[in-house]
Amino acid sequence: MSILDPTNLNAYLFVSTVLFALGSYAIVSRRNAVSVLMGIELVLNSANVNFVAFSRFTATDLRGQLFAIFVIILAAAEAAVALAIILAIYHNFNTIDVNEIDSLRD
Amino acid sequence: MGGEFFYRLVFTGLSAVTLASALVVVSSRNLVRSAFALLFTLGGIAGIYVYLAADFLAATQLLVYVGGILVLILFGVMLTNKIVSVELYQGSARVGRSILLFAGLLYVLFSVFFNTEWRLRGRPEMESTVESIGTLFMTDFLLPFEVVSILLLAALIGAVLIARHEVRGK
Repeated sequence: MSILDPTNLNAYLFVSTVLFALGSYAIVSRRNAVSVLMGIELVLNSANVNFVAFSRFTATDLRGQLFAIFVIILAAAEAAVALAIILAIYHNFNTIDVNEIDSLRD
Repeated sequence: MGGEFFYRLVFTGLSAVTLASALVVVSSRNLVRSAFALLFTLGGIAGIYVYLAADFLAATQLLVYVGGILVLILFGVMLTNKIVSVELYQGSARVGRSILLFAGLLYVLFSVFFNTEWRLRGRPEMESTVESIGTLFMTDFLLPFEVVSILLLAALIGAVLIARHEVRGK
């Protein structure tokens, strides 16, 4: 079974693919904005696993790992700003249900 | 061959923990349970980084994701829910279409990944990656490194500005 073999690229691709699909499922189906944010984190992490896995198996230097580090930094900035926006929305609308937030001004 | 067996067993366990807790993240109706399941997903991914010989990245994952982003998300959960009135529940909408998207993505990505002939270079023996990462940051990636620090400053100020309470009538 190549997907259970840690010396095989397919094992990491399997994990990251399932993570990516689960993350997109959360982004599309969740109604709470914080849960949508968690889905985004899952997608970013699956991309990171791919970066590092391809860096390990197909490259000779560590550029893939550097990209993964930049993705982590951007994810941190994104999470901070997204949660600030969610808090502002909560103060204005008193809900963070993404289906109900549909007006630009209150 | 006991070591080899153990090597595979731990990897299988890590993958299973990562994927199972990710499933809890996207399917649990309790928001706090989702957030804590995310802890195990991110920790499992840190373990997978160790299997990929990315020691610095595994430590960064634990520090930034588990120590920072997860706490931030928990704060978001706590501040945007009326905990006393037990409204900590979250619904899912469009479940049928979302599952369709999930299955479609899985099918497409799996067929791409497993039918492509990747140009593998084998797995070179890796030493500690910290030194080479530091060298790359200070040489080829110096500009992105500096730009990212400005971006972090901007995100810091922007987040404070957006989230703070306006004092009315002042």
